Amino acid sequence: MATERLTAAEDRTEPTLSKRLAESRGFLSFGFMLPSAALLLVFLTYPLGLGVWLGFTDTRIGRPGIFVGLENYGYLWDDSVFWLSVFNTLLYTISASILKFALGLWLALLLNENLPFKSFFRAVVLLPWVVPTVLSAIAFWWIYDSQFSIISWALIELGVIDQRINFLGDPTNARASVIAANVWRGIPFVAITLLAGLQTIPQSLYEAATLDGAGRWQLFRFVTLPLLTPIIAITMTFSVLFTFTDFQLIYVLTRGGPVNATHLMATLSFQRGISGGQLGEGAAIAVAMIPFLLAAILFSYFGLQRRKWQQGGGD
Amino acid sequence: MAIEPDKPVAGDEGGMGYLQSLPRRVVTIWLPLAVFVIVLLFPFYWMAVTSLKPNEQMTNFNDYSPFWVIGPTLEHFRYLLFETSYPGWLWNTILISTAATVLSLFAAVFAAYAIERLRFSGSRQVGLAIFLAYLVPPSILFIPLSVMVFKLGLYDTPFALILTYPTFLVPFCTWLLMGYFRSIPYELEECALIDGASRWQILTKIILPLSVPGLISAGIFAFTLSWNEFIYALTFIQSSENKTVPVGVLTELVRSDVYEWGALMAGALIGSLPVVILYSFFVEHYVSSMTGAVKE
Repeated sequence: MATERLTAAEDRTEPTLSKRLAESRGFLSFGFMLPSAALLLVFLTYPLGLGVWLGFTDTRIGRPGIFVGLENYGYLWDDSVFWLSVFNTLLYTISASILKFALGLWLALLLNENLPFKSFFRAVVLLPWVVPTVLSAIAFWWIYDSQFSIISWALIELGVIDQRINFLGDPTNARASVIAANVWRGIPFVAITLLAGLQTIPQSLYEAATLDGAGRWQLFRFVTLPLLTPIIAITMTFSVLFTFTDFQLIYVLTRGGPVNATHLMATLSFQRGISGGQLGEGAAIAVAMIPFLLAAILFSYFGLQRRKWQQGGGD
Repeated sequence: MAIEPDKPVAGDEGGMGYLQSLPRRVVTIWLPLAVFVIVLLFPFYWMAVTSLKPNEQMTNFNDYSPFWVIGPTLEHFRYLLFETSYPGWLWNTILISTAATVLSLFAAVFAAYAIERLRFSGSRQVGLAIFLAYLVPPSILFIPLSVMVFKLGLYDTPFALILTYPTFLVPFCTWLLMGYFRSIPYELEECALIDGASRWQILTKIILPLSVPGLISAGIFAFTLSWNEFIYALTFIQSSENKTVPVGVLTELVRSDVYEWGALMAGALIGSLPVVILYSFFVEHYVSSMTGAVKE
């Protein structure tokens, strides 16, 4: 056995160097990984480190900075606008995510019913997610127009209100408006991924539970929800991550106004870093988002663990 | 796996739907569903109606019904296509999205194959790292990337975007293709190896033809993501003729206080059409890539 393998190996030393390299798994893997690794290391890993470094410098546009330690962070710590943006980001993320989850789950349950034209509905429902956010946000901008808003007009016609709603000019209204636009855009993603999860639940479980005397609510609570939990965890983690780092909607609709009431950390980072030219400070704000993101990713990690366990896999 | 069987098991189709009476179904299912569909589609309808309205109907809701157009006009589209740089933005967006998608798919195919099938030492860790890379959002990368783009002399060129879009496309495509490759039986590869095929031949003659649906899904999704990208395009591009559609519409069509809503809506509509058309042809692929990426 051993000698056979030896002779086989000896035979193989004959081919040229290039051929032997092509057979080697390590070399081949290295070559196959090279394009992705190069792209990601240069344009993702390095900038991530560079961003952290920039946060410790006073770099401006057109002027390389020097190391200033925690000065940017110290300044932000005393900056009420920064804390307002943190509050706004949390408010925006939490309320939009809860609404997206509740409405998305409801829509998924509706689509999971045995409907005619099911694939048509599913295709149509996904549209808000497919269309470029900036372009649909422009449509919302027009819908939220202070003078010619169609919502105000319709509500006045119906006699619900007697004067136009100032959607984007008043802090509370502006917050509610951008959250509504974000929910509108996010529902399809939640609904369609949860629908995919719902379709994997066998009907026989519902039939068995019905025979045991379960009502509609009990069917949902004790069959649907437990089986859907893993995919809910992952879907919502993605949703939270994308909402937390949102930039486009706010930039189009309010640019952070009125009086910074809708500034998110991402838009503040852009305003200070790019528009204001204070790259160091902008980078520091972006870095301040990382702990929140890590918390969400850890949440996702434990969601995945639970999933493995529920599927009867190891650990 | 990425493709979900839509059809339930045979004999399981109806479920317990027959237990519900028709009026009850109308109230608990059709009514809420109708509200959802109307709310989700209304902005598009409003976009389309506004883009066709003559200017005097645009804001005069009392003399003209706002929900309908009397004497639709293509004036806004004419203005957009012949008096602004819009066709140029459209061309830039197509070019950049296509190039970024091709580049990302190329890199992702090799990476996914190496991680999933060559199984080099540390491939699991690399797979996890790729997943984590997907979670790094553009909003924390754009400032350091803008510094890099400037230093590399790419500022205000299409290459600034073609080279930075893969930061979110490569992780996504790799992750998706890993799932597809996993579903291809090992035996096929082993047979080919015994017949003397090289790894390259296995990849190009066996794995790739079998994973065409996966490649289409990844490609469509990557193209849509690049088409919709905003923050990098806003930061790295300055001159009007190099802008992409989302940035161009927002920064060039909105001037001073007089918003030309008709032209803006026409711009938003035309900018959405390519992705919507692409999407409507490949809905299943799109859905499978979206749910697949989440479920893997």
